[in-house]
Amino acid sequence: MSFYFAQFLTGLSSASSLFLVACGLSLIFGVTRVVNFAHGSFYMLGAYVAYALVQFVPGSILGFWGSVLAAALIVALVGVVVEILILKRIYNAPELYQLVATFGVVLLMQDAILLIFGGDDQFGPRAPGLDSVVRVFGEPIPEYDLVLIALGPIVLGALWLLLNRTRWGILVRAATLDREMVASLGVNQSWLFTTVFFLGSFLAGLGGALQLPRVSINLLMDLSIIAEAFVVVVIGGMGSIPGAFIAALLIGELNAFGVLVLPQATIVLAFVVMAVVLVIRPYGLLGKAETLAHVAGQVELPIRPASTLAKSIAGLLLIGLVVMPFLAGEFAIVLATDVLIFALFAASLHFIMSNGGMVSFGHAAYFGLGAYGAAFVIKYAGGSMELALLAAPLMAAAGALIFGWFCVRLSGVYMAMLTLAAAQIVWSTAYQWQDLTGGDDGLLGIWPSEWAKSKTAYYYLALVLCGGGILAMRRMIFSPFGYTLRGGRDNPNRTESIGINLRQHQWAAFIIAGVFAGIAGGVYVFSKGSIFPDEAAIPRSVDALVMVLLGGVQTLSGPVVGAGVFRLLEDEISRLDYWRAILGVIIISIVVIAPEGIAGFIKKIAVKAGFERNEEQAS
Amino acid sequence: MSDPVLSVRNLSKSFGGLKAVSDVSFDLAKGELLALIGPNGAGKTTCFNMLNGQLRADAGQVRLNGTSILGLNPRRVWRMGVGRTFQITATYASMTVRENVQMALISHHRKTWDIWRPASGLHVEEAMQLLDLVGMREQAERAAAILAYGDLKRLELAIALAHAPELLLMDEPTAGMAPRERVRLMQLTADIVAERGISVLFTEHDMDVVFSHAHRIMVLNRGELIASGSVDDVRNDARVQEVYLGGGTLFEGQAHG
Repeated sequence: MSFYFAQFLTGLSSASSLFLVACGLSLIFGVTRVVNFAHGSFYMLGAYVAYALVQFVPGSILGFWGSVLAAALIVALVGVVVEILILKRIYNAPELYQLVATFGVVLLMQDAILLIFGGDDQFGPRAPGLDSVVRVFGEPIPEYDLVLIALGPIVLGALWLLLNRTRWGILVRAATLDREMVASLGVNQSWLFTTVFFLGSFLAGLGGALQLPRVSINLLMDLSIIAEAFVVVVIGGMGSIPGAFIAALLIGELNAFGVLVLPQATIVLAFVVMAVVLVIRPYGLLGKAETLAHVAGQVELPIRPASTLAKSIAGLLLIGLVVMPFLAGEFAIVLATDVLIFALFAASLHFIMSNGGMVSFGHAAYFGLGAYGAAFVIKYAGGSMELALLAAPLMAAAGALIFGWFCVRLSGVYMAMLTLAAAQIVWSTAYQWQDLTGGDDGLLGIWPSEWAKSKTAYYYLALVLCGGGILAMRRMIFSPFGYTLRGGRDNPNRTESIGINLRQHQWAAFIIAGVFAGIAGGVYVFSKGSIFPDEAAIPRSVDALVMVLLGGVQTLSGPVVGAGVFRLLEDEISRLDYWRAILGVIIISIVVIAPEGIAGFIKKIAVKAGFERNEEQAS
Repeated sequence: MSDPVLSVRNLSKSFGGLKAVSDVSFDLAKGELLALIGPNGAGKTTCFNMLNGQLRADAGQVRLNGTSILGLNPRRVWRMGVGRTFQITATYASMTVRENVQMALISHHRKTWDIWRPASGLHVEEAMQLLDLVGMREQAERAAAILAYGDLKRLELAIALAHAPELLLMDEPTAGMAPRERVRLMQLTADIVAERGISVLFTEHDMDVVFSHAHRIMVLNRGELIASGSVDDVRNDARVQEVYLGGGTLFEGQAHG
C-alpha cells in the first residue's frame, strides 16, 4: 500500500512539472492562437541557463533558487524577442505556417544551445536544504519532489489571481474568448500578446530550470517535453489553465502507475488517453468550441487543368528524369531517388492538407509504417522486395484507417494535434518495441531484389512508383472525390446539405494519403537498406510540412518543387556544422517572406508576364 | 384538396428553460409558397433546422408526402427531396459557379466516390440549364469567391434546385440584398417553383417580399403560431398587429418599384 502511495506522490511531482510547461503553452495558445512548438525549446533553455548560473556564477550570489528565477526571466526575455521578431509577423497566417515557423525556432535554439553549452549531458546540483529524502509510510520520497508537488497548485493559484483579479488578466481572458472583439474595443493587442508571451515563456523556463536537480539535461529535452505538453494542453482543452492542471495530474499519474503495468508503453499510453478524450470531448475536458475560425488568408481560386506551358514544363521534367541516369553520376542518381521518394511523401500530405483542408502534423507516421511494413516482410517473413513493396502501403493504410477514424472527427488545431499524437504513438512503438523493430538500433540489411540492385535500376523503380503515385493523386484531385474534399474544406455545411457524408470522404482521403506515404516509405527503406524510428518522428513530419510549404500550399505542383528544393538544400547544408540553425532560418524566412512558396511565386510571375491565365481578368 | 406535401404536427423544441418552438402545426400544399414570419428570436430558424434535420426536435411529427422525416440527418432529408438555402450564403469559394452546381449534381447522381473521371466534364448540360434558369449562365466560369452578393443568392438557388426537390426551405432568401433586387429574386423563385410544382417554405423580414409573393402566411411569436392565413387575413389580425407594433411597413404596404 505504502509503495503505491509513494508512486502516487511521484506522479504528483511530475504532474506539477508538466503543468508548469503546459499552462504557459495553453495561455499562449488561448490568446494568440499560435501552437508554439518552440515552447519546449524555452523549457530546455531554462534548464541550461539555470545550470550555467548555478555552476559558473561565482560565490553563489544567486543561490539555487535565485538561479532558477533568473533563468526563467532570461528565457522570458528570449521569448519576447522571438515573439517580436517572428511571431508578430505571422499572427494572421494559417496554423500550418505558424507551427512550421515555430519549428524553425526549435531548430535554431537546438544549435544555439549546442554552440553555447556543448552537446554533453549535464547534471545539475541538488537543491540546497532539499537534498535528502523523507519517509512517507516508510517509503523514501525526495524532499525536492514534495516542493514540486506544492508548486503546481501554487502556480495555478497565482495564475488564477492574475487572470481574475487584475485588469491585464481580464484582457487576457477576454482575448481568449474573442480576439477580434477585444481588438475592436481599443485594446493594444500587440502589447497584450507580447506580455502573454513573456509570461508563457517564463513559465516554460521555470519548468525547465526546476528540472535541474531531477534529471540530466540534454539536447533532446525540447521535443520530448513538447509532445507531452501538447497532450496535456489538448486533453485539458486548449486555452484552459484549470484544464491543463487536471490533465497534467491525469498524465502524471498515468505515467507513474502505467510504468508498473506496461513499462514498455508509457509514451503510447498518454497518446491513447488523449485520443479517447478527444473523441468523447472534441475540445478537451474544459475547452470550448472555437467561436470563430480565423480565416484571414487569401481566398483560393478554382483549380484548372495544367496550362500548355505547365504541361510542357512537366513533360520536359519527365524526359529529364528518364535520361538523367545516362548523364549523371551515381551520387546524383541516389540523390534523385531521394527526391522522388520525398516528392511522393509531400504530395500525399498535400493531397489531404491543401485539397482536403485536413492539416496533418504527423504524416511521418504513415511513411514510417510503410517503411517498417516493408522491412518486416524481409526480416520476418523472408519475403521478396516486391512483396515488401506491397506490404508497405497496406501497413500504412491500416494505420491511417485506425488513426483517421479518430482524426476526421475533429477539425483545425485539435485534428492537427491528434495527427501528431498518432505519429508519436507510431514513433514510440517503433522506439520501444525492441524485439520487433530493433528499437534505436533499427533494422538493417534490407536490400532490393537482384534486378533492382543497381542504383540506376532502383532509380527507375522509384520513378515509376513515386511518379505514378503523384500523377494518380493529381488525377484524384480533379475527380468528383477530389472536388468533394475541396468542397468540404471550403464549406462543410454546404457539403452536408447537398447530401454528402463528408466525414466518410475525409476518412477515405486520409487512408489514400496514408497509402501513398506508405509507398514512399517502402521505396525509401530499400534505397537506404535500413530503417530507424526517426523516420516516424516529429522532424520527419515537419520535413513534409516544410516541403509542401516550400513549394506552395495552394499550388498543385508545389509538393514536387518543394521536395526537390528541400532535399537538394538539405544535402548541401547538412554537411555544415550548425545546419539545423541554417535550416531553421530558411524555414522562418519562407513563412515570413514568401508564404505562397516557390511554385506559387513562379506562378504569380507567370501570370504577371502573361503566360498563365489570371482568374480575375478571365471573368 | 390533395394531400399536403409537408405536414407538421405539434413540433416543439426547448433550449434549457426557453421554449424556442412550441406546438407548431401546419400543412404545405403542392406548389404553395408559404411564408413563415415573426420578429427576431421567434423561432423561425429553429423550425427550419428541425425540418431539415440539423436540430433534433423534442416532440412532434414531420411528414413529407406521408413519410416521417423527423430525426433523419440533413443528408437523408436532402435525399428525400428537400432543398435548403441559407440565410448566410454557403457556396464553395474556390470553385467556379458552374462547378458549384456540378457538385450538387454529382452528389445527386451519387458519383462523389468516383476517384478517376475528371469532375469538370460531369453533368455540364444540366448545370448550365440550372444556371440559365437563375440568370447566371454568363457568369458560369467565374470563381464563386468574387461574385456579388445577389449573384451568390442566385447561385444558391441553382444549387438548391439541382436535385429536383419537391420542397424548398429558404431561410431569408433575400437578406442582405438591395430592395429592388429582393423583389426580383423572389419573383424569379416564384416563377421557377410555379413551373416545376415545387412547394416552398420561406422566412423573410422584408414584408414587401412576403406580401407580394406568399400564397399564405404564418406568424410565429415566441415559438408559437399566433396567426395563419391569406395575406389580408394576417395583415388585419389584431394579435399580429400587436406583435409588430411599430413595424409600419407591415400595414402600409409600401410599394417599391
